Amino acid sequence: MTSTATTAGALDLWTTERDGLRHIDLHVPTIHCANCISRIEGAVRKLPGVRTARVNFSTRRLSVDWEDGALEAARIVATVEDLGFEVRPFAPEDVSATEGRKATRELIRCMAVAGFASMNIMLLSVSVWSGAEAATRDLFHAISAIIALPTVAYAGRPFFRSAWNALRHGRANMDVPIAVGVLLVTAMSLYETLNSGPHAYFDGAVSLLFFLLIGRTLDSVMRDRARASVAQLLKQMPRGATVLMEDGRTEYHPIAEIRPGLSIVVAAGERVPVDGVVLTGSAMVDRSLVTGESVPETAGAGDKVLAGTMALDAALTVRVTAAGQNTFMADLVRLMEAAEQGRAAYVRLADRVSRYYAPVVHSLAAVTGLAWWLAGGDWHTAMLTAVAVLIITCPCALGLAVPAVQVLASTLLMRRGVLVKDGSALERMAEADIAVLDKTGTITLGRPQIDGDIALAPEDCALALALAERSTHPLSRGLAAELRKRGVAPADVSAVREVAGAGLEADGADGVIRLGRPDWAGAGAAPVGANGPVIAFARPGRAPVSIHFHDQPRADAAAAVQRLMKMGLGVSILSGDHAHVVDRVVRAVGIADWQAGCSPAGKVAAIRQRQERGHKVLVVGDGLNDGPALAAGHVSMAPSSASDVGQAAADFVFLGEGLSAVPATLAVARQARRLVRQNIGLAIAYNVIAVPLAMLGMVTPLIAAVAMSGSSILVISNALRLNWLVKGENA
Amino acid sequence: MTGLPLLIILALAMGLAWLGLFMWTLRSHQYDDPEGAALRILAPDDDTPAPRA
Repeated sequence: MTSTATTAGALDLWTTERDGLRHIDLHVPTIHCANCISRIEGAVRKLPGVRTARVNFSTRRLSVDWEDGALEAARIVATVEDLGFEVRPFAPEDVSATEGRKATRELIRCMAVAGFASMNIMLLSVSVWSGAEAATRDLFHAISAIIALPTVAYAGRPFFRSAWNALRHGRANMDVPIAVGVLLVTAMSLYETLNSGPHAYFDGAVSLLFFLLIGRTLDSVMRDRARASVAQLLKQMPRGATVLMEDGRTEYHPIAEIRPGLSIVVAAGERVPVDGVVLTGSAMVDRSLVTGESVPETAGAGDKVLAGTMALDAALTVRVTAAGQNTFMADLVRLMEAAEQGRAAYVRLADRVSRYYAPVVHSLAAVTGLAWWLAGGDWHTAMLTAVAVLIITCPCALGLAVPAVQVLASTLLMRRGVLVKDGSALERMAEADIAVLDKTGTITLGRPQIDGDIALAPEDCALALALAERSTHPLSRGLAAELRKRGVAPADVSAVREVAGAGLEADGADGVIRLGRPDWAGAGAAPVGANGPVIAFARPGRAPVSIHFHDQPRADAAAAVQRLMKMGLGVSILSGDHAHVVDRVVRAVGIADWQAGCSPAGKVAAIRQRQERGHKVLVVGDGLNDGPALAAGHVSMAPSSASDVGQAAADFVFLGEGLSAVPATLAVARQARRLVRQNIGLAIAYNVIAVPLAMLGMVTPLIAAVAMSGSSILVISNALRLNWLVKGENA
Repeated sequence: MTGLPLLIILALAMGLAWLGLFMWTLRSHQYDDPEGAALRILAPDDDTPAPRA
């Protein structure tokens, strides 16, 4: 990338300084093996003044600390780029935005403490149950109390906090009965201990926390995993621009200071930071971040360019028409945020259940206490029985029932190359009854391939290959790959020149040979209604030859669509492309319902229309222009080749070439839903048996402990069936 | 019964020691990069622990 030379000052915006050490985090998405790690770390450590250089493979991030002033940040970037890696800075705010990891870490700490405490208390409890009496029992209870009280105070915090938040807003969630139960049980047990009572439920309270924290941690880990792999929006956006001053000097300004009307310089390889109109220069512009469209387009004087697009082969001077919050990209982000509101209203199954569960449980406990008090008059026994009801009904199995299945499902999907953002995505996926697909990059690969035969003579093939291999343009690459596949060896051509916005040329034996835009190569303008982009090869003395490309549907697209239909989904296509192109693809995969020429807002409207008819829409798309649609759908999926925005907006991201990941995910989600329902059923069945016993005062701490662990194990074993249920279905 | 206090103290101390160890591994960022750790054993010259972030 040549951007480093012009944005040397720009990189300083991403660095932070502490104790004389400067720090930068760089995103290196193409690290893929142990060798990459040692090559990068080795090269960076050799730079003067570098103290530490560390690659985090899981997040594909390089962190470097160096002595302030000893080195330019740009040099680090250049060093890594010279090794052949793509580098982007992590903004400091992005790094601190890893809030999720902090939450997970807190949960893991709580879980460790609860695990330690529950095992030790259980040890003492077993002695009590096996007949420890009098002073020994009191001592054991006292030791249990000393372990349990700080544990409840520490490990219970996530539940207390969430329960308090819910109560303050007048709602009840799963954490309310948990918090109330744990606190009451602990208080009651403490009272028993101080009065040398026979029954203390410290083991119950603490192991309850332990079981629940396992579920909670699993849930949180799952969310982190997806967050780390899905890049955040605007990370790739430049944070400043090189402004061309009136006296001809250039100055680097942060993006906040860029106003419409200014002229800025965009170097080759740099992303355009604003919306604007090209003043001078002509370059191929890569719009993939914005549209997901992989074929670059030429932009010359007077053409509009959008923020987030990249000038590939030449510098441009651009007059700013909109910057910051007013760019097309920012508009899309807002549209996306607005669309997401609807989805936020989805209430997860577990929360829906607990909405009824908590009031029922609490009134049962209250009724029990009251009844015993009225019948026997002994408030102590009444209280103890009420607490037993609370501990038996604490939604231990219920708390594990859902996360256990969902974590298994997400691990299963991950092994098949599908990343899941959170558990609610699985629940929503299972509900989908209509699928809306984008065309480019979703049904198709988004990579142009040669259409039909290459009408070139053998010696021309060799020349064309020699030219094509000098360019990184997707069409050149496509041509080069195809020619290589046909066994062509490149001709010996020296001095190949890349003509910005046009193509490649070289001096042959009898004149200039050209490969590039048809009109430039002399083949006339590309015909209207072509199925895809066209380039031409021209050689003096012969008629120019046009080479047609088209975007191939994914190999399994038709099969995947058939399978979706067989699973009961209505499938339709919404595309921003021209009707004749969409029509061809639609015929190839067998979809009857389609709409071409959709704008991002048009897609959202089409999806809303279906939702108003009561459908739950699954949206599959990739580009930034699909972002709002992805966010508007009931559930959404994007290929990993999608733009960052597409990935950030989607609930699922699938790796690999196959569209069959979509029906496979749907199948797993439906199985998971079945198991979750079974598990909730099991948990309720357990309560139906255990609660009457508890209300009759027949539950001792021993029975409570056995019942609680038993139901939890039952629920987890049932969740484990997911593996072979899915295998059996051959999803 | 006389061994009881000793045994209880021992059991608790062992439990606490493991808890402390676990907390230490957590705090020294040993779970931050599980995939990277798996790959680093393949590199011949890299046997330094991760720096504290």
